[in-house]
Amino acid sequence: MNTPSLEILEPGPLATVQDRGRLGHQHLGVPVSGAMDLHAFRMGNMLVGNSPFEACLEITQGRFQARFLRDTTFAVTGSSPHAFLNRTPIPTWRALKARKGQYIRVMQSDHGFRDYLVLSGGIQVPLVLGSRSTYLRGKFGGFEGRALKTGDVLHTGPEAREPLPAVYPKQLIPPYSSNPQLRVVLGPQDSAFSQGGLEAFIGGTFTVTDRADRMGCRLSGSPIQHERTADIISDGLAMGAIQIPGNGQPLILLADRPTTGGYAKIANVISVDIPLIAQTLPGGRITFKVVSFYEAREIYLHKEFAIRRFMAGDEKVGA
Amino acid sequence: MTEIVKRPAAMTPRFKHCGETAVSVELGDTIDLETNRRVRQLFHKLQENPLHGILSMNPTYRSLFIQYDPWECSFEKLIQHLENMFRQGSGEPVEGRTLEIPVCYGGEFGPDLAFVASHNGLSVKEVIRIHSASLYPVFMIGFTPGFPYLGGLDSRLFTPRRDTPRIRVPAGSVGIADQQTGIYSLESPGGWQIIGRSPLKFFDPQEDPPALLRAGMNIRFRPINKDEYSLT
Repeated sequence: MNTPSLEILEPGPLATVQDRGRLGHQHLGVPVSGAMDLHAFRMGNMLVGNSPFEACLEITQGRFQARFLRDTTFAVTGSSPHAFLNRTPIPTWRALKARKGQYIRVMQSDHGFRDYLVLSGGIQVPLVLGSRSTYLRGKFGGFEGRALKTGDVLHTGPEAREPLPAVYPKQLIPPYSSNPQLRVVLGPQDSAFSQGGLEAFIGGTFTVTDRADRMGCRLSGSPIQHERTADIISDGLAMGAIQIPGNGQPLILLADRPTTGGYAKIANVISVDIPLIAQTLPGGRITFKVVSFYEAREIYLHKEFAIRRFMAGDEKVGA
Repeated sequence: MTEIVKRPAAMTPRFKHCGETAVSVELGDTIDLETNRRVRQLFHKLQENPLHGILSMNPTYRSLFIQYDPWECSFEKLIQHLENMFRQGSGEPVEGRTLEIPVCYGGEFGPDLAFVASHNGLSVKEVIRIHSASLYPVFMIGFTPGFPYLGGLDSRLFTPRRDTPRIRVPAGSVGIADQQTGIYSLESPGGWQIIGRSPLKFFDPQEDPPALLRAGMNIRFRPINKDEYSLT
């Protein structure tokens, strides 16, 4: 029932198939993987009428071109302000129709790292451990366990239902920024840091280095001092965990993070703000703001409620 | 790496937030078999008594990592469920079987075997004998898919990591890093001293289960020669 829908002409620096990730296999050491910006990914699916977690393309730093092999409803979400259908600029964060033979281009943007090309019916690749996400280091999942190349043809499933009316979910687009402030919940090992170390973290400005990939994002700034040692008894790693190894320079762990880590974690980025760091290019400047667990949960539930209202069509959002 | 202790201190569970969508349930402060067993017991109990909203669990040395969706399940509800599990008592001990891992030591498969021997003032034969004599408990799986964190390395074999990590360590390589021994389940870069290689496949995403090893198993290494390696 799957139909060839998209032919890759230029994948750009990195394009992979991703969904929500490989949840439920972490006790066997399998990384979660999945979309780096889970919000853009999920919104894209909802806009084209998919269930929220269908597989799509994650495009890294644009320079992407592909051709539609059939009439397709699609959306581009993420940090780019626009993309092109043939020569016409098209808005992002909107469901649109492409005709068979038309070209889509997603450009490199100064404002962000990653865009999601979401097709109605979802990209159909085999499920591996319950997910269609590509895990590049393990060479499994996604399209043959690898990044997409020129000439690859992607299939989609049947168009399930009508897309949302052509609305633009303005209030539900994260405040992407080259220099974001990330809200964090302290812990689980904030007590491993000296008072000076905590102050350096909370008051400091950190630059995103060029060692920023799907595994994590390394920052540089004033070193964050531990009380005694950076080493802990290895334990689980959440998306957005901020590990501080011995050199005092933070590493924010993202989609392809290992399942466990042995360095103290000073804090965790709240999930609503993880898209912001996933979209910050090298050179971007990061500050942190501590919120309580209860505030973080309030923010999470508030956003979740807004998404669900939008999906249910209770609110006509934007123009 | 914290020292492995023989005698665990009983501890009231500690719940540590990892952001608003995950919690680390700490059952001890040391690496020891008893604490690790309690972690695995809790993991199995939760597998048998699933709570809607838990998305993923990961038992580690002394804590159980739980990822959950706060929309589906509040932190308070999760804690209540965990308290119920604790109240039900420890239940049956969850012990895995002992698995024998064939290893071809030295030569092209174990380029650092001679270094481990000279570093510890041993002969190559003694290193092989000591390494294959111990029973190694699998405390947890992590780092890369299927990679076992093993206890029980004989202190006579403790060896620091290589100064320069290798860009490519083949899957199945058996190595030593400081006080640990382990097996590279997938080809990856790595700085461990490589003393041998096993012909077994430790991780295959197409298999069910995908990993050969899991926490709670015990493993023993059996020396094999090159002919046996190629036949396995």
